[in-house]
This record gives sequence, structure tokens and C-alpha cells, in this order.
Amino acid sequence: MDRFRMIFQYFQSSSESAMNGICGLLALASVKMYTSLDFSCPCLPQYNMAYGLGIMFVPPIILFLCGLILNRQSLVMLEEWRRPPGRRKKDLAVIRYMCSSILQRAMVAPVVWIVVTLLDGQCLICAFSGSMDPQKFVGFANVSTEQVQQLLAKVPCKDDELMRNNTSRKAVSRYLRCWSQALGWSILLILIIAAFLARWLRPCFNQATLLQARHWSNYIDIEQKIFEETCCEHSRLFAHKCILHFFESMQQEIKLHSLPREGEGAEGGEDLLQGITDQDQVNKLLRTWYYEKPPLDVS
Amino acid sequence: MDKFRMIFQFFQSNQESFMNGICGIMALASTQMYSAFDFNCPCLPHYNLAYGLGILLVPPFILFLLGLVLNNNISVLAEEWRRPRGQRGKDPAVLRYMFCSMAQRAMVAPALWLSVTLLDGKCITCAFCTSLPLESLGNASQPPLSRGEIQRVLARIPCKELYTGQQLIAREVAVRYLRCISQALGWCFVLLMTTLAFLVRSLRPCFSQAAFLKSRYWSHYIDIERRLFDETCAEHARSFAKVCIQQFFEGMSTDLVAAHCHLPRKAPADAGEAAEKLLGITDRGTMNMALKSWHRCKPPLHLHPPALPTGNGWAGEGQPPTHPSAPRKETAAYYSWV
Repeated sequence: MDRFRMIFQYFQSSSESAMNGICGLLALASVKMYTSLDFSCPCLPQYNMAYGLGIMFVPPIILFLCGLILNRQSLVMLEEWRRPPGRRKKDLAVIRYMCSSILQRAMVAPVVWIVVTLLDGQCLICAFSGSMDPQKFVGFANVSTEQVQQLLAKVPCKDDELMRNNTSRKAVSRYLRCWSQALGWSILLILIIAAFLARWLRPCFNQATLLQARHWSNYIDIEQKIFEETCCEHSRLFAHKCILHFFESMQQEIKLHSLPREGEGAEGGEDLLQGITDQDQVNKLLRTWYYEKPPLDVS
Repeated sequence: MDKFRMIFQFFQSNQESFMNGICGIMALASTQMYSAFDFNCPCLPHYNLAYGLGILLVPPFILFLLGLVLNNNISVLAEEWRRPRGQRGKDPAVLRYMFCSMAQRAMVAPALWLSVTLLDGKCITCAFCTSLPLESLGNASQPPLSRGEIQRVLARIPCKELYTGQQLIAREVAVRYLRCISQALGWCFVLLMTTLAFLVRSLRPCFSQAAFLKSRYWSHYIDIERRLFDETCAEHARSFAKVCIQQFFEGMSTDLVAAHCHLPRKAPADAGEAAEKLLGITDRGTMNMALKSWHRCKPPLHLHPPALPTGNGWAGEGQPPTHPSAPRKETAAYYSWV
């Protein structure tokens, strides 16, 4: 409980941490989505490539767009970009900084998906089994051309009756998986080296500009949050005053219409009643509230 | 428990978080409903399509309606839409904003159901197994069968134990083909929804940002005003009830004094608040009488001012004095506050 609360508070503490949190959640979600996805290659000559490449590239686009949508800072950046200058100049460096940080965070989940897909290997086997050279594999070497395409297309389906105990199928499958995993690990290595270099070499260029850009982008984000909170507070006070005025106006109207009674002086406990002490008066108040809402003016 | 309370407080903290919370719960409920649902394809020629498409399309509709119902803003929207103008103009931009934000949140759970159903593949397999392209997928060497026979055989594809057409078309081939189509449709649908959401969210700051801020402020205001009004009315009702009951008991004890014609044994002055709280009712008979008259003859909803002379109690007197005059002068009502 305590640990959970601590983690939650840490992520809520600053907007950057919140965005890192969302980025991490999306990455976990992408892995979970991949493991729960039931990958079933169609094992038909024209459909294999479309299916395999589709599964490899369409979900990353979706995850990228999700990363942009869920990131609050993308809205802030767009507003900052499109606002009229007014009395505050626009600083393009800040906008560029925000844009690059948003894009970096949004790219994590798609990259995780692609790497996991490649390391698993099923997608590539499905997509490229039809493009193999049959001469390299003993079982497919002496088969006619149309038949060989059909057979190669069936390689990803282990349980197919033709392919059940076919050793050449296993050979093709292993070959393609080896390529797939090599590609996956290389991409991972390149990206990690790129990230490392970017982070290590960054202080050598433009550190001061970077600090400024980061400060002002944080500022814009905080300013917008505080503005929204202030608006909420203000609308609450506005509503409070409006309702009080309404009750007072009802009280005045009632005093106007009814004959003066003894003991008009209200005591402390009666103040809460606002002079409305009758069933008909209450009904009238409620009816007036519906039919004629008071104007939005509390001056 | 602590964790739930914290999450609950976070969601209650402001109205938008609360609505996002309901939206998330509905989304989880829809995936849970799908995995708990026992899908039973009927495996008969015309029923398959109806069942498959029904499971695909009817629950999203229900989830959408449920999402609208659970959103308390819908009653606020309806009220704002139907109220008479009175002294406050109506802003159609605010109504549009409220409707859009409610519809967007209500669409999440149905979209999730559709995606999960399509990605899983069972519905499409059940619905479209009779429309398979036999020329490309079937075995070439099958005996010619009548159309009705073929339909009946194909309809049994989703039911593994019943399928008898292995010579016509291998079951695994058919299932793989249909599931591939279903997953392709599912991913395309998810991509379309995500692109739409992205466009809606990113184009808004580029056009009409000022109008958006205005609509958002006033829609929050309407909601807060309604809640505050309800709270004020509840407080008023509480004070009203308190004074009414107090006056009832005072009336009772005054009546008792008048009826019994002897001075009740007044507790000495320094007995303090406890005696005062007893409101003059100090024995069983009196209490029973008070309870009986509370049930048989409730006091009128009219609080008379406290400094009234005795004898004006409740017993038998039901009509309130000095009622405001019957014709409601609505025209003169708001002279002071315009």
C-alpha cells in the first residue's frame, strides 16, 4: 500500500514523471498485447506477406498515435504553437524542445513492439517463407513451381497435415527465425547506442539553450494547469454567489408580498432558512429556479 | 483499502477525472464480459450470420447506452437544453461541447468490444464461414455437391466435432483464412479509431481554442452550480425540519400545560441543558401522546416566527396564518436583480 502510494505520488509529482509513467505503461501494454495476441498466419501464397508485415507495422503506428494522444504535453505544445503572439513572444526553441521530447517518448512503445516481434520470429517467418529459394532446402528442391509456392506458404503452420513431420519445414523455419532474431538484436543494439551517445554528447552542445528550453517548457505546462485549477475555483465561487443572490431575491420578493408578521427579526438559527419558511414558498423557489434561472451577473 | 480510497479520491477530485474513471471501468468491464462470454456458434446455414453479427454489433450498442446513462452529465445536458430561457441566455456551443465530451467517453467501451471481438476472430468465423471462396481454398477433386449441401457443410466449420467436409475444404485452412481476415479488419478498425481520436485532439488547438476554453468553463460552471444548489436546498431542508419539529414539541408542551391545568414540576434552573432538551415531555404517557399525534396529525409545513404567544400551538390547527396572496405576481418579481 505504502509503496504503491509512494510510486503514485512520485509519478504525479511533476509532469515529466507523469509522462515517463505513461510511456512505461504503454510499453508494458504493448508487450502484453503481443503475448495475448493469437498469431495465426493464413498460410496462403498472397496473404502471408500482407499479414506478416501488417502485424509487424500497423500496431506500432497505433501505439505511436496513442502515445501522442495520451501525452498531455502534446496539447500544450500545439496550443503554444498556434496561439497569437499577443504580449508574449513565441520561442521556437521551446516548441522544438517540447516536440522532440514528445516524439521520443511516443516512440518507445512502437519500438518495443517491433523488437519483440522480431525476437519472437513468427511474423518474419509468416511474411517471408514464400520468398525463400527452394533450391537451398532438400525437401523443396524437386517440386514443381506452383506446388513449391503452396508448400513454402504453408511452412509457418506447424499443424498442417502436409507439413507435420517435414524436416525441410523446420529448416526453413529455423533459418528465418535466425535472421529475424539477428535483425531484432541489431536494431536494439543500434538504438541503445544512439540513445547513449545522444545523452552523453548532449552537454557538449548548447547546454545553456537546452536548460532554458526545458525550464520554459515546464513553466508553460505548470501555468496551464494552474489556470485550469483557478478557473475551477472561480466557477465554484461564482456559482456560490449566484445561488446566494437568488435566495436573497426570493426572500425579498416574499417580504414584498406577505403582510408583516410579528417577530420579524430572524434569529441566528433562522438565517439558514433565508426567510423561506413555508411549503408554498419552497415550491415557488424551486419552480423559479427551473423556469427563470438568474442572470450570470453577481456584481 | 487504502489504495482504493486513494484511487477513489483521485477520481473524485475533479469532474473530468471522475468521468474518465467511469469510462475506464466500462472499458475493463467490456473486455471482462467478452472473455467471460461463452461463444456458441449455432453451425446452421442462416443462423450463423445472424448470431455472429448479433454478438458483434448488439453489445456495443448496449455499452454505448450504458456509458451515456452512467454519465451524470447527461441529465445536466438535458436540463440545460430544455429549460426556459428566463433571464439567462442559452449558449449552443456549451451544449455541443457537453454532448461531444459525453459521446466521446461513451464510445470507448463499444470500440473496445468491437476491436477485441474482431481480433479474437470467433465472430467473423461463425458469421462468414458459409461465404468462403471454395475455388481458391477448396480441394479441386471433390464430387460436385448441390449449393444447399455445400452451405450446410460449410456452416459446420466453427464446430470442430461436427465438421464432415474435410474433403471439400480442410477445416484448419478455412479457420486460418477467416481469422486472418478478421484480424486484418480488427487492426484496421483500431487504426481508424486511433487516427480519428488523434485528429480530433490535435486539430482542436489549431482552430477555435478560445471558443473551446469558453465552452469548457461554462459547462463546468453549470455542473457546479447545480451541485451547489442541491447542497443549499438540502441544508435548507435540514434547518426547516429542525425548526418544524422544535415548534411541534413546543406546541405539544404548551398544550399539555393548558390541558392539565397544573404547573408541571419544573426542574430547578441549574439542571441545565438536559432538562431543556426534554422539551417539557417527562413521562411515558406524554411521550406516547406526542408520538401518536406526530403520526396522526403532522404539523403544517409552515414555520411561524418564534416569539408568538401561547395557545397558537399545533393541536387541531392546520391552516397557516398570513399566506402570501394567491395570484403570483411574476411580472413584478425580478425588479431588483436585473
